[in-house]
Amino acid sequence: MTLKKGTLLVVGFLWSLCIIPGAIHAQDILKGSEVHGSTQLDAVYYLQDNKMGITDSTLDGKLMRMNGFTEVNYSLGNFTAGLRFEAYLPALTGYDVQNNGVGVPYFYANYKNDFIDITAGNFYEQFGNGMMLRTYQEWTLGYDNSIRGLRVKVMPYKGITLKGVYGVQRYYWEPYKDYNRGIVKGFDADFYLNDMFTSLSDAKVKLTLGGSFVSDYQQGKTKEIADNGKIYLLKMPENVSNYGGRFNLNIGGFNWFTEYAHKINDPNALNNYIYKDGNGLFTNFSYSKKGLGISLMSKWIDNMSYKSDRTIANNMVNINYLPSITKEHTYALASMYPYATQPDGEVGISGTVTIHFPKNSTLGGKTGLSIAANFSQVNGINKTALNDTTMVNQLGTLGYNTSFYSVGSEVYYQDANIEVTKKFGKNWKGIFTYLYQTYNKDIIEGHANDYGTIYSQIGIADISWNITKKNNLRFEFQGLWTKQDKGNWAAALVEYTVAPAWFLSVQDQWNYGNSDSGQQLHYYLLSAGYTNHTTRVALSWGRQREGIICVGGVCRYVPAANGVTLTVTSSF
Amino acid sequence: MRKIQWLLVLSLLSSVTFAQTNIFKYKKLPDVTIKDIKGLAFKSSDISNDGKPIIISFWATWCKPCIRELTTMADVYDEWVKETGVKLYAVSVDDARSANLVAPLVNGKGWDYTVLLDPNSDFKRAMNVGPIPHTFLLNGNGEVVWQHTSFAEGDELELIELVRKLNKGEEIK
Repeated sequence: MTLKKGTLLVVGFLWSLCIIPGAIHAQDILKGSEVHGSTQLDAVYYLQDNKMGITDSTLDGKLMRMNGFTEVNYSLGNFTAGLRFEAYLPALTGYDVQNNGVGVPYFYANYKNDFIDITAGNFYEQFGNGMMLRTYQEWTLGYDNSIRGLRVKVMPYKGITLKGVYGVQRYYWEPYKDYNRGIVKGFDADFYLNDMFTSLSDAKVKLTLGGSFVSDYQQGKTKEIADNGKIYLLKMPENVSNYGGRFNLNIGGFNWFTEYAHKINDPNALNNYIYKDGNGLFTNFSYSKKGLGISLMSKWIDNMSYKSDRTIANNMVNINYLPSITKEHTYALASMYPYATQPDGEVGISGTVTIHFPKNSTLGGKTGLSIAANFSQVNGINKTALNDTTMVNQLGTLGYNTSFYSVGSEVYYQDANIEVTKKFGKNWKGIFTYLYQTYNKDIIEGHANDYGTIYSQIGIADISWNITKKNNLRFEFQGLWTKQDKGNWAAALVEYTVAPAWFLSVQDQWNYGNSDSGQQLHYYLLSAGYTNHTTRVALSWGRQREGIICVGGVCRYVPAANGVTLTVTSSF
Repeated sequence: MRKIQWLLVLSLLSSVTFAQTNIFKYKKLPDVTIKDIKGLAFKSSDISNDGKPIIISFWATWCKPCIRELTTMADVYDEWVKETGVKLYAVSVDDARSANLVAPLVNGKGWDYTVLLDPNSDFKRAMNVGPIPHTFLLNGNGEVVWQHTSFAEGDELELIELVRKLNKGEEIK
């Protein structure tokens, strides 16, 4: 990766902004200027491991790998500028090799007052819930779809926010030139009615309305697509728009949010180049008062993948965001089979109840008791063939017929779980979780009918013991039972922390139920770390099992690994 | 070209160390528009507590150590408020996937914090927060005087000790 001259100039300019005022600041000439930033380094020395099938060649001979970034932001009054330097030398295993490189993929300058907010350069933006547009960055996933261009926000009247964005998205290190990917344009409006009308400012009913229009221009009126050994010449819509509206209604403890989006024909690599329009609906209803919280969600997605390059089939250059409505789990075995939204079509529901019985109540006992229960299920949508001679989802056609909110017969994912949190006396606390998960591996991971569906039961006990005020021992015992896939697992963890600085942990995940006795492996991991204010240094040694990590709606495959990992994070 | 890049890296790093020794603290909170728990717009610069100390804790519903931290502090929060007048803002960085679960969880757990929603991490980015939980302590003038990342049982004791120091007018290093 080499920086273009223009980029370098901009970077040099921004960077001098970061350095010079810092120096001047010491003399207090520019009162009010501030420099802040953050940094992270993940470096791994990989070890070969015959049992796990990790050899010098699977590691491509590159045993030492590193991902790192530093971001610096400078502000003076209404003005802010910043940049992020990134280095993948080379990228850790499991990250796309297209990450490899060194450079400054993110820089911006911003001016803001009560009326206007202008950003030139890279920016992260979200319209409504994100079904039409969301750009964001997730370091642990190696995900960044920031737009480089111009963003203007205007607040013309109290309670009204208008936004316009125009630019191109990041695709690893590939520079934008000659329309090699689409140009994204978007407009968004939010109306906070209670702020707009003074007569409503004290009303119990709070209402917010919003709407967005997004359009992507990708050059090329026709495109050749190969399918089953034949080449088809397809007409392409150069402009693809995605638009919709939303509302949020709040009355005391009740809250109801709904967003609907409609996308016009958008043949792309993910939908097999069909011309059907797409649409999506997300709705959430919640009620809560002290000690009780209830949430009900539902989502309908039909052909909603939306990227600024229609030929890309991986996670990059997403314009919109389609998160899963299933619960995100973080315990090792509970997150072994995570769900991710299927943009081709899915319909789902999710419900969560959280109850807290306070101290000195009948059920709460002397120390209180918390219970959280959650159920979610996602099915495919009902798709039927357009006519007798066309297959469902056939390339170059209108794809299929479906009716709004028609539930398909195939279950993609189901999760029923309950979590109980209880204190025992002053120094002991336990969190006990039970989960029953149904995971359609073929659909979720995109296999052609090899694995079927995995049904698993998971039990977890997480016990914390305050030995003294600042010394704590925490134990996790986990079990996963299934007759499918790799069979049963057991896991245990012991973690010792000394507030506020030190931690030491030992853990093991054991695949004792694997039908291949040679693969009944122990995935042991030893970690230690030190925290000082915002700087954290952690060192670990051991095995990482193969799996999928998901943050929000995006997942990344993590290959099995064995090695020594150094992680340093800091901010200032 | 390579040399220029490395120079850039070195300078950036030196700027980091420079900043760390001189400008570790925030004199003013960045002004970012996020949301309150009722879905209404909330300006981060409006975070205030009548001249008393403020704690800002970045968390998410899926973050186990964050939940541990807020649960531990919830047990003593009443006493803290009575004794020191401190106010805790719990800023959730849950995105569209789980932002709707925040209010039911906070109420369901019976927490008394002031909860804000930052669904696209705008405030998190402006505060240069990396991994969560990440806790900021502000003095009565709204200046960030202390930060800490991660949580271990017992961290809350150091935090309240710092709040007491602020109330006594002592400086925090």
